[in-house]
Amino acid sequence: MVQYNEARLDATFAALSDATRRGVLEQLGRAEASITDLAEKFHMTLTGMKKHVGVLERAALVTTEKAGRVRTCRLGKRALEEEAAWIERHRQLWSARFDALDEIVEHLKSKEKTDARRKSK
Amino acid sequence: MPEGKASSPAAMNRTVVERKSDRELVVTRTFNAPAHIVFEAWSKPELFKRWWVPKSAGMSLVSCDMDVRTGGGYRFVFSHPAFDQPMAFFGTYKEVTPHKRIVWTNEESDQGAVTTVTFEENAGKTLVTFHELYPTTAALEEALAGSAEGLPEQFAQLDELLAGRS
Repeated sequence: MVQYNEARLDATFAALSDATRRGVLEQLGRAEASITDLAEKFHMTLTGMKKHVGVLERAALVTTEKAGRVRTCRLGKRALEEEAAWIERHRQLWSARFDALDEIVEHLKSKEKTDARRKSK
Repeated sequence: MPEGKASSPAAMNRTVVERKSDRELVVTRTFNAPAHIVFEAWSKPELFKRWWVPKSAGMSLVSCDMDVRTGGGYRFVFSHPAFDQPMAFFGTYKEVTPHKRIVWTNEESDQGAVTTVTFEENAGKTLVTFHELYPTTAALEEALAGSAEGLPEQFAQLDELLAGRS
């Protein structure tokens, strides 16, 4: 289990160690794209982009699907898990923070009501 | 976790976190109170320091100086058992429109975010939108990786706390 995780992490870190590959992931986070689109966007040859996508694919950060002559790339399972985990961590922090703010706001609101009632008497 | 929270009134209003783009983080939440109350809780240091650091975080605010007006500054100093020394966060309020909007900078590094929080009142409730814009994607990743570290552990503590209450 530990070894499996380490191998997976190694593949992920290796894949993410390159600026172009990180750019490709960001791009795919916005919309799927063909290898040709990606090669153009990153000013690269098709062969060069295929290599990068291959590295990302082996790390499960990207999946590709070939239809006719076009290979479409999307975020893979691992990338989606990372994204979901990232969002969840921040949602937890902000939920805790805003729950605490909510308590204070409720307290201030009831205090304001009491003060208003006192004044009107 | 959702079960534990369902009983609290706060659970009615969801906190939504979105990564709007590779440089932006947006958090929204509706509060059952008029904007001037939420603004007060955000802009008075004695109130702000009671909610900004969740109880579960294990961190404490050593000092909290806030001069919430356009051109004013802020400085928060945190301590944590795991830190060698206290950590300071500071910056400037670029724009303060009472009950509506606060914009501030984070000046600990040149990669700090510009944060905008807006308060929109509608039928006695207030929608709070917290928006952070980082100069680069790397800056966002770095800042947020740091803030989220160790959170699972902290939230386990929060769960205990909530379970104890209900």
